[in-house]
Amino acid sequence: MLSIAGLSKSFEDLDVLDGFSLDVKRNGFTVLIGPSGCGKSTLFDVLTGIVPKDAGRIDWRGKELPNLSSAAAYMQQKDLLLPWLTLMDNALLPEKIAGRENEKVHTRALKLFDRLGLQGFEGYRPHQVSGGMRQRCALVRTLMFEHELVLLDEPLSALDAITRTSLQALLLMLQKDFNKTLLMITHDVEEALLLADELLILSRAPMRIMQRIVLNHPKPRRISDPQLMEYKEKILSHLQEDMRDGSY
Amino acid sequence: MTVHTRIIPAVTVFFLLAAWETACRILNVPDFIVPTPTHIVSTGISQAPLLLVHAGTTAGEILLGITLALMIAVPLSVLMFAHPSVEKALAPFLVASQAIPVFALAPLLVVWLGYGIASKVLMAAIIIFFPITVSMLEGFKNCGREYVMLFRLMGAGFWKTMRLLYWPWALPHFFSGLKVGVTVATIGAVIGEWVGAQKGLGYLMIQANARLKVDLVFAAIAWLTIMGLCLWGFVGYLERKVITWK
Repeated sequence: MLSIAGLSKSFEDLDVLDGFSLDVKRNGFTVLIGPSGCGKSTLFDVLTGIVPKDAGRIDWRGKELPNLSSAAAYMQQKDLLLPWLTLMDNALLPEKIAGRENEKVHTRALKLFDRLGLQGFEGYRPHQVSGGMRQRCALVRTLMFEHELVLLDEPLSALDAITRTSLQALLLMLQKDFNKTLLMITHDVEEALLLADELLILSRAPMRIMQRIVLNHPKPRRISDPQLMEYKEKILSHLQEDMRDGSY
Repeated sequence: MTVHTRIIPAVTVFFLLAAWETACRILNVPDFIVPTPTHIVSTGISQAPLLLVHAGTTAGEILLGITLALMIAVPLSVLMFAHPSVEKALAPFLVASQAIPVFALAPLLVVWLGYGIASKVLMAAIIIFFPITVSMLEGFKNCGREYVMLFRLMGAGFWKTMRLLYWPWALPHFFSGLKVGVTVATIGAVIGEWVGAQKGLGYLMIQANARLKVDLVFAAIAWLTIMGLCLWGFVGYLERKVITWK
């Protein structure tokens, strides 16, 4: 389990995180949803060690870590594929950097390409394939880290509706078939409701959890489900209320 | 490159040369003042063995100058990027190296390095290395922050990040700098030859000018122009071969 306690981060006079705490269940799909600028991305930057924390404690599977750089894979909104490398070389980048590039790793990557519908495109460059394929390749690269914990920072927000739906299914597959623990940031309430086991509604900065919603509905879900629609209304009204209080 | 973009420069050059030829003939301009393009071409052909020998010397100086500039510029840009304090320390010298006119440096280099090839090679290198260094450094610095963070998360150290990310990222900048460099490289070599040499197109131009063989001066200029264009074209070709992802 991932446990974050009393995490704080300020930028000059702005307290983005002030004693933020969060528990994420192992093999669960936890989704964070909140207004723009509330500090969601800062939370991930602190968790991954891109930005140092001011205070707080991060525990992964009972062990305190300075950050999750050695324990978590991180996938962002941009696919961040290197245009001069083929899709396969992009996917193998973590292994190449770690000096572990070998036949076994290559075979594993090929299996992932096959699983994520990229078979036959291994030798293509990123500019030769669609946005959805690039994002799937980024997903393969994320999986090559072989970390159980996966942090997803709006990974689907730049995609069209059809591609997004197919990638949502892939994210669910990560959880189910690869036993990953997923922590995702999104702005999309419907996406959150379709994917999350646990949905946390966040306040504006300094970020805190306003509400925790546990979703036990079986997956895959349909957004037309009346109960999910009810949740959607509830979440939107929460977010709007918070924005009003903050004089947005 | 489309057919139009190939034809337009050729047509422009043709009309300029035609206008030059016509003006010289109508105004009866003597050949020792401004020779006609046809006269220059005929001199270029009749004096081809002489021009080739001198062009070979100048081309050698330019190519060695480019090699020397690359040997200095590439490691220097990496060093300055790896250690910003080095960049801060060297920046005034780099700017000064370009602020001082090459004409002022040429006599000194000839005194120090002699009338041989070394002074010309160094002159060419001094002119070329600045655009390459600055372009490469800018290329490294322009690398996307998110990419750098991704590499950091993957546990890549500076040199692995340099090899796999910064270097390919900076390649388009490198080629832009190299294109600028090779086009001005002829200036360095020719100035060096003007000041003191026994061979080279610059030397030939000085000799021909003193004997009022202006047609030969123009033929030498034409050779220099062709050499500059060939170098520019070759760098462009290399760029297209290396940067295949754009």
